[in-house]
Amino acid sequence: MLAEEEARIDEVDLPVKTKEQLRKFLEGKEITPSQFDQILDRVLNEYQNTRIEACEAVGIIAAQSIGEPGTQMTMRTFHYAGVAEINVTLGLPRLIEIMDARKEPSTPTMTIFLEPEYGVDRDRAREVSWQIEAAPLHEFGDITIDMENMQIVVHLNTAVCEKRKIPSSSILEVAPRKIRERRHYRDFEFEMDDKTATILFMPKDRESYQNLFQLAEHVRNVIVQGIDDIERVVVRKESGEYILYTEGSNIKDVFEVEGVDTTRTRTNNISEISQVLGIEAARNAIIHEALSTLGEQGILVDVRHIMLVADMMCMEGEVKQIGRHGIAGEKESVLSRAAFEVTVNHLLDAAVANEIDELSGVTENVIVGQPIQLGTGDVKLIAKPLN
Amino acid sequence: MSTRLNVLDHAMVPDHQIMTKEELTGLLSLYKITSDQLPRIYHDDPAVKTIGAKPGDVIRIIRTSHTAGRAESYRLVIKRPKK
Repeated sequence: MLAEEEARIDEVDLPVKTKEQLRKFLEGKEITPSQFDQILDRVLNEYQNTRIEACEAVGIIAAQSIGEPGTQMTMRTFHYAGVAEINVTLGLPRLIEIMDARKEPSTPTMTIFLEPEYGVDRDRAREVSWQIEAAPLHEFGDITIDMENMQIVVHLNTAVCEKRKIPSSSILEVAPRKIRERRHYRDFEFEMDDKTATILFMPKDRESYQNLFQLAEHVRNVIVQGIDDIERVVVRKESGEYILYTEGSNIKDVFEVEGVDTTRTRTNNISEISQVLGIEAARNAIIHEALSTLGEQGILVDVRHIMLVADMMCMEGEVKQIGRHGIAGEKESVLSRAAFEVTVNHLLDAAVANEIDELSGVTENVIVGQPIQLGTGDVKLIAKPLN
Repeated sequence: MSTRLNVLDHAMVPDHQIMTKEELTGLLSLYKITSDQLPRIYHDDPAVKTIGAKPGDVIRIIRTSHTAGRAESYRLVIKRPKK
């Protein structure tokens, strides 16, 4: 292709992707300058013709385009998403979750990518997974209840500690602190012995067996290694690198772990993404999640519709749900809001606040029984006086 | 190690740039709008904090679009409203 032609493609008002496609198409083809002109003209024409017109009611088109295929979705699907028996909510329940902008999805999961030096080696990937997977104290040694002396004896197994790359002294230090902070149980005292890797827990109330057993329960289940919210980690090899899949999500803490690739790691918890990575990342996450949920069911919805929904949800700087606490509840028109949910409340509040309905939207006009301001209803005849 | 995380490096975060006065007046006159008609972004948004934008600034966001390949979007920085 001639440099001059290249420059002309660059200049023309077309999207980047279309330009690329055009270049790829023209590559290696012998065309005369006049043919080139014609091609460029036609492409530009076609592009301008296919653009959506200003003031088109794209919202209703998006609603129909997502809603109709949505009826084909399986109502209840809880199955294993193929990824090493990690359970992920899919199908309609997941789609509803995304649109409702829930604080936490019913099955939070993360896909953790590793930095190159960790990602190629299975053992090093495993090491990172130990830093992430929540491990309770009973996995690190024996816990016995000494009823005679009213105490709980924890004897750490140093071989396990070594395998898990955590010094026994740090477990001894973390365990009592975490019981106090995370489990909110404070009625105990403890004594530790670094040399034998042993720790003794004594309840403050030395009389009650109930307290002793309660304390034993806390001691057994206190998380001493890993991130509390992440219950399980699975290491899998995919296209030449090891990737961690988790059950439970806490992107903020995972980013702090050494060896985690902070540029690719992701979670399916959208509100977490909006807090840690910002609203634009949340928009991308909504698009990605919705698209993959629909795609997984074999439903093809054009991205444009999903992008519109995601854009609406992220307009105001935070993720808003589509529903009466979000987009539908903040509509300008009273009648439109009342038509959606909790009709009486909206009408009553509007009456108290002396609200006025301009009747500019579709719903309002349908309610009062006049033509909507779209399509054929949009045309108004304006007569120009002869002189 | 929180210094290690740069949100702008993340694959899901598009490029954020603060717009100059001239660029902004150009944008507003092109679409015949005022800056409060733009989509919003909170001043404590991680990406906004990283580029150091203040409330009242307008941010240009360069997204990799599924449809167009590259798309520009704009957001007005506002203070997060108190609940």
